[in-house]
Amino acid sequence: MAIELTDTTASEIAAALLTERRKAGSPAMGMVLTLVVVTDEGDHYDAIKVAKSVSREHPSRILGIIRRPNRGAASLHAEVSIGGSGSSGETVIARLSGELARHSESVVLPLLLPDSPVVAWWPRKAPDDPAEDPIGALAQRRITDCAASGTTASKTLLTQAVNYSPGNTDLSWTRLTPWRALLAAALDQYPARIRSGRVEAERNNPSADLLIAWLWSRLRVDVERTFSKGPGLTSVVLSTGGGDIEICRPGGRLAHFTIPNSPNRPVALKRRETAELLAEELRRLDPDDVYADTVHALCRLAGKTAKADVPQTGKRRTSTSTRAQTAKHSQTASSR
Amino acid sequence: MTLTAPAEVLLNPLRDPQDRRLPRIAGPCGMVIFGVTGDLSRKKVMPAIYDLANRGLLPPGFGLVGFARRDWADQDFTQIVHDSVKQHSRTPFREEVWQQMASGFRFVPGDFADDVAFEQLRETIQELDRERGTGGNHAFYLAIPPSFFPDVVSQLKEHGLSQPDTGSWRRVVVEKPFGHDLESARKLNAIISEVFPPESVFRIDHYLGKETVQNILALRFANQLFEPVWNSNYVDHVQITMAEDIGIGSRAGYYDGIGAARDVIQNHLVQLMALIAMEEPVSFDAHSLRVEKQKVLRSLRTPSRLDLHTSRGQYTAGWAGGQKVPGYLQEEDIPRSSTTETFAAIRLDIDTRRWAGVPFYLRTGKRLGRRVTEVAVMFKRAPHLPFDAAETEELGQNALVIRVQPDEGVTVRFGAKVPGTAMEIRDVNMDFAYGGTFVESSPEAYERLVLDVLLGDPPLFPQLEEVELSWQMLDPIIDYWADHGKPDPYESGTWGPRSAVEMLARDGRVWRRP
Ligand SMILES: NC(=O)c1ccc[n+]([C@@H]2O[C@H](COP(=O)([O-])OP(=O)(O)OC[C@H]3O[C@@H](n4cnc5c(N)ncnc54)[C@H](OP(=O)(O)O)[C@@H]3O)[C@@H](O)[C@H]2O)c1
Repeated sequence: MAIELTDTTASEIAAALLTERRKAGSPAMGMVLTLVVVTDEGDHYDAIKVAKSVSREHPSRILGIIRRPNRGAASLHAEVSIGGSGSSGETVIARLSGELARHSESVVLPLLLPDSPVVAWWPRKAPDDPAEDPIGALAQRRITDCAASGTTASKTLLTQAVNYSPGNTDLSWTRLTPWRALLAAALDQYPARIRSGRVEAERNNPSADLLIAWLWSRLRVDVERTFSKGPGLTSVVLSTGGGDIEICRPGGRLAHFTIPNSPNRPVALKRRETAELLAEELRRLDPDDVYADTVHALCRLAGKTAKADVPQTGKRRTSTSTRAQTAKHSQTASSR
Repeated sequence: MTLTAPAEVLLNPLRDPQDRRLPRIAGPCGMVIFGVTGDLSRKKVMPAIYDLANRGLLPPGFGLVGFARRDWADQDFTQIVHDSVKQHSRTPFREEVWQQMASGFRFVPGDFADDVAFEQLRETIQELDRERGTGGNHAFYLAIPPSFFPDVVSQLKEHGLSQPDTGSWRRVVVEKPFGHDLESARKLNAIISEVFPPESVFRIDHYLGKETVQNILALRFANQLFEPVWNSNYVDHVQITMAEDIGIGSRAGYYDGIGAARDVIQNHLVQLMALIAMEEPVSFDAHSLRVEKQKVLRSLRTPSRLDLHTSRGQYTAGWAGGQKVPGYLQEEDIPRSSTTETFAAIRLDIDTRRWAGVPFYLRTGKRLGRRVTEVAVMFKRAPHLPFDAAETEELGQNALVIRVQPDEGVTVRFGAKVPGTAMEIRDVNMDFAYGGTFVESSPEAYERLVLDVLLGDPPLFPQLEEVELSWQMLDPIIDYWADHGKPDPYESGTWGPRSAVEMLARDGRVWRRP
């Protein structure tokens, strides 16, 4: 049951959360993080639903922020509820109108859970530089989804890559995990030197761009990009002296896995739901260093300079230098 | 057949220790299950295998061979797995995952004495290596009564199934009971170790696969808060309980003559106790963990007066949870004169500096008040209370309770002021419950353990030494009971016999109601 608060303030929202929690008879908070979902009127229903289902694994306070800058005077309306969808978390959907829409962090800040991590998620359109965004700046983890920008997805990804800051990740990277796991398993099984690679996917697939960058940064070989009708990624080939390692997934569900001297084997490789992707993101909240290396590689391949072209974190080896590459990047990633 | 790997062996450039998203997928391998028609296979093992496949953790080409005395073809076996998966798996059924798995199913019909069948098993495995690329790596899961272990294990040896080619592995998985006393445990082990080296033997104690049990290590060794009070200066005693509300059901054949102490204390409770009591291991690898667990088990002391500090019981007819239930002696296939205990409680002491004078009370039973497994660390009372006796009348002992199942989590119990009174202090709970059990990523114990078998990762499996040490502790108690008449009756649905209450009362303590 949601409580509606009109013309309200963050402190009234906080009080409503507390009242609801006490009314439910369980004032204790087992929540481990605050998830700020920056969304809009059209998408918030699905986005909040996804966030709530993820809250079963990562009990969270979910703050759905809907900005309506063009609607009249500055005002704040909110729906507050606890539980639902089997989660024990709390949900606030806040609509920020007028001038307030440009100061959304003033609503978010007082509603963050004490101490625990803050994650910002832009299910669709994200700021070009999430770490500089006022809400993004409050978060230690910033999750974008370039694939949501359709025909400009690859361009959006490149913008994100150039503006990378530690703590940023993109769901098009998350989507790659099963592919990367299988490729790594293939090289466990057949530890040969890779001579070249090929990634086939539909057009404007940011995951394919990241996969090429990852393979290039790890293997230092040419990785060709070819196109198919999808869905998503359809095949990856790594060539060795003894034959090809290939994962081929024509229909988006079942893949074929081939390594030299071994029979061809079916392997389930379903495209995952957003909730699964988000749950994976929330499992670890420190900066993803491998993603950092990968977006740096992406910048190099595209001849761009990354904004934060400095060593990433203290604990990490300095990532590969990202001096601007003059090398042309057409559809083939060039090696050294 | 092994894979002809290329000559130059390289470090896998796609792996990076920093890349913590990449799951560990088992290498090429297969599993052979003996006893596929049994409860354990259908309810636990096969569903766990499916869940692993669903989470992308099984290698492509994984082979699953069923062995049973049934006149089945591969398709019939596939149907059995299908039913078991549909009914018992944790994760949703997905057609593409099923297809990936099902193409690797094979069935071998036969008895354990049947040489032809084991020959066929050998051919089947070779065929899997050829057609599915299982690489000669196979685990044999003995989901059968332990009395058949010798037959199966010697057949495996006879037919060259236990011996891996270079670069591949063969492993054997056995379930509790690991014997019924020290001698039988040694015998059983002698049989297995004649065929498989110790590092290839995986003993499953599924409690160790539970998230909450692994969380004990995190709680103790990742925090500064608990370890300083985790000793005899602050801890009064520890209670470890595993209670079931059900009776023995259809397990009469297995249970009678075994009883609660052998069935539960010897393995699950002693393992829990070791994790609670052990010193900090130098790392979490198998060897370091074992060293610390063994130290605890070696310093266990059983009570000198077994009549005063142990208790056993047998449930009688009564009402449990709103149902009228029969007593143990009225259960089907149980002899009317059975002296098997369905409840057991014992006091154990640990002779170390950390734990001297802190008794550990272990209890387990069937048809108790409710189904619950928990560890309660009970703290001493504050040495001085600057309050009137009347003000602290309702204040009990501080406690830290690790709830293992069903409602997994941690509770801390401490005193707080009752609102509105002048100064009245009463116990309150602070609760922690992490995540839901319905989440895909929170694996069931068997998933974790089956995956660890396939990865060859041994930390969660008790070694022979631990098994022997816990029998050494338990044998005198069971012998004593055997010589001293019948277990004390307790009414179904209650928390055990009077003797259990008295056992703690003698020490000036009471059992928690969990
Ligand atoms: N069930 C559990 O949750 C659980 C928990 C912990 C430990 N365990 C242990 O795991 C093992 C199996 O338990 P379970 O509950 O699955 O037992 P079960 O239901 O009685 O099944 C035993 C299996 O062994 C087979 N079997 C028995 N005698 C055989 C013979 N002479 N030749 C060929 N097959 C034979 C049975 O096949 P048929 O159908 O042909 O009889 C059946 O598949 C036991 O050691 C048990 O103590 C079980």
